[in-house]
Amino acid sequence: MLSSKLAGLYLKRHLVTTLSVNYARSHFTYFPTATGPGKKMNMFNAINNAMDLALQNDESALLFGEDVGFGGVFRCSVNLRDKYGKDRVFNSPLCEQGIAGFAIGVANTGTTAIAEIQFADYIFPSFDQIVNEAAKYRYRSGDLFNCGSLTFRVPCGAVGHGALYHSQSPEAYFAHTPGLRVVVPRGPIKAKGLLLACFRDPNPCIVFEPKTLYRAAVEEVPTEYYTSELGKADVLREGNDVTLIGWGTQVHILLEAAELAKETLKVDCEVIDLVSILPWDTNTISKSAKKTGRVIIAHEAPFTQGFGSEIAAYIQEKCFLHLEAPVKRVTGWDTPFPHVFEPFYLPDKHRCLTAISDILHF
Amino acid sequence: MSFLQKTIPMLGALGRQHQHLRTVVGALPTSSRQYSSDPANDYANFPGAKAPFVSQLKLNLPEDYAPIPIYRVMDRDGFIADETQDPQLSREVVEKMFRDMLLLNTMDKILYESQRQGRISFYMTNFGEEASHIGSAAALEMRDLIYGQYREAGVLVWRGFRIDQFIDQCYGNVDDLGRGKQMPVHYGSRELNFVTISSPLSTQMPQAVGAAYAMKMKKGNDACVVCYFGEGAASEGDAHAAFNFAATLGCPVILFCRNNGFAISTPSHEQYKGDGIAGRGPMGYGIATIRVDGTDVFAVYNAMKLAREYVLKENKPVVFEALAYRVGHHSTSDDSTAYRTSEEIEVWNSTDNPISKLKRYMVHKGWFDEAEETAFIKDVRKKVLKQIAVSEKKLKPNWREMFEGVYAEMPEHLIEQQKELEKHLEAHKEHYPLKDFKQ
Repeated sequence: MLSSKLAGLYLKRHLVTTLSVNYARSHFTYFPTATGPGKKMNMFNAINNAMDLALQNDESALLFGEDVGFGGVFRCSVNLRDKYGKDRVFNSPLCEQGIAGFAIGVANTGTTAIAEIQFADYIFPSFDQIVNEAAKYRYRSGDLFNCGSLTFRVPCGAVGHGALYHSQSPEAYFAHTPGLRVVVPRGPIKAKGLLLACFRDPNPCIVFEPKTLYRAAVEEVPTEYYTSELGKADVLREGNDVTLIGWGTQVHILLEAAELAKETLKVDCEVIDLVSILPWDTNTISKSAKKTGRVIIAHEAPFTQGFGSEIAAYIQEKCFLHLEAPVKRVTGWDTPFPHVFEPFYLPDKHRCLTAISDILHF
Repeated sequence: MSFLQKTIPMLGALGRQHQHLRTVVGALPTSSRQYSSDPANDYANFPGAKAPFVSQLKLNLPEDYAPIPIYRVMDRDGFIADETQDPQLSREVVEKMFRDMLLLNTMDKILYESQRQGRISFYMTNFGEEASHIGSAAALEMRDLIYGQYREAGVLVWRGFRIDQFIDQCYGNVDDLGRGKQMPVHYGSRELNFVTISSPLSTQMPQAVGAAYAMKMKKGNDACVVCYFGEGAASEGDAHAAFNFAATLGCPVILFCRNNGFAISTPSHEQYKGDGIAGRGPMGYGIATIRVDGTDVFAVYNAMKLAREYVLKENKPVVFEALAYRVGHHSTSDDSTAYRTSEEIEVWNSTDNPISKLKRYMVHKGWFDEAEETAFIKDVRKKVLKQIAVSEKKLKPNWREMFEGVYAEMPEHLIEQQKELEKHLEAHKEHYPLKDFKQ
């Protein structure tokens, strides 16, 4: 017991003071969202709970995708087939364009479709169905038809060893598509709230779920039905000196970096979880940028044309006279997501802390 | 689990299988199994397929399989080949079939010309495929949901889409149900259960399958889904997805292929090497399949009746291939004589034309009246030409509608963009065609 405590302390110091060279699974420390009473759940439990409530409240709702029947490769749909029957919770053939097209058709009839794409890396075969079809259904038909009752659940992001095709964060590809809603939760409470909001939202939604949080993120999650507002960013930590913007797992890295900046640089960082990638909360962001005058955006996805570019350009246009330094982006490099080099690829807290220091001394 | 524990149930399973085999092969000594010359009884236990073992190596050649035959009711002279197959449709129904085919044909000719004169931006005709539209639509109920590709306007004609609705869509004017957002011939009608057409080929196929699944799940469902697509579109990955999802998930959908021999310039022999699209159904995806003469309105009608009955009774799909010939150019942006001869086209425009075939049938029945036909065509021409004049004079929708329908409600950033354009137009109105748009 004592030794493990010591080891923990050593590891913590080691991680804080030097660039981590071990291949530890987590490159972040999870910061739970404080709420009232609830049940202790990790993120996959919370997602399971959200889908359970959705299937229970909406008797027509369907849940499908590759391997969802036995509970899903990340356990998100565990027990739901037993509870709601194999006609409502079922495996699809292994074909993403089919899953997406099928989901659109289900939603065309007004039935709630909860479709899972096993990994965000494999969403590209369904890109055509999502971008050309789902996103444009209402528009092109003059609102005669829509597929608004459709939600895609898509595990995304770094996981320590996922390499090229189990690590991607493709939100920016979809952010360029009018008609879609794209959201990313930072933990169990948010995941449940966002999913329940998306199931009910009259637009096609994509929920990118950072898979590294499925087990690592544990919170007291309210067991009743609740929704999280879509299109709304959360200010998680208030500060006056620098605005840090991220989403998903990166939020926790930014929270830690803000803590470190407070300790080591005596800087008050404001940390914002963007939550919604499209449509995104321009008001919260520009308000904070105008207050602090310094903005850092961090995301796992590559730099060029990452969603950080959109935010940076927007801030430059709307908050120009308030900026004390150029908007800085700390992101994955413009390479495919590598296997053994993952510790050097990610925009970890050290790179974020360095960016905070740099932007202060601009 | 120790090795021993693992092997016990495995041995048990083997024993059980052994016993089963023995009951099947009867007195055949077990030892002779591996040399058996009677392999039909030697079924394998692989989960992936139920099939017997054979001991002779053989390539399964496409030539080993007979092509799926083409069902027809009428010969090219309009005579019923087998009286038991006569659908015995009333004169009233047959006349509606004929009139709807004529209407579509006449409207096509005029709208094609109007595109040539630069009055509408684009058009696609339905020449040669009128029977597959009308025959299939006639066999369905209005509650059946239709997903189309773009060359199925006849289905809409049968269902009661009006000439003004067709033409308003082509002009994208203020009365277009689609609000001027899509190219001509991208029709849609909620009222008529016809899902709005989109240009990307085959995307509607897995969608139709999903809709069929959702409909099957509704209590007391008595409606099916019909999805039309061309043989070219059947090469897309989405077609594969649709066939396979429809079969594995048990969906009441009729996957209706209009095989007209060409995908723009690409002849079907460059599209696939198998037995058309029908050939993929039974062996490929495990789907009940029908192949019909798509120039024979009664064959299409009978087959669709049967297909509809089957999909609703079994909650399973049907692959339906209607063979025809694309008599017209692919679209107004295409001159098909660049890749096929006008002589070839002419045969399909006369002898094997669906309209002339039905006309011959009506002549035999004594239901055809030349004067009536001429008057009908004249009337349709008049209506279409008049409507063109009306539709082209109508204003386009308010430009603000450009921002509507992206989302169910307009998000803040779109409201801002709309305001930005408003301000810009106020300052520079002379550069924009504002007078053509509703204010």
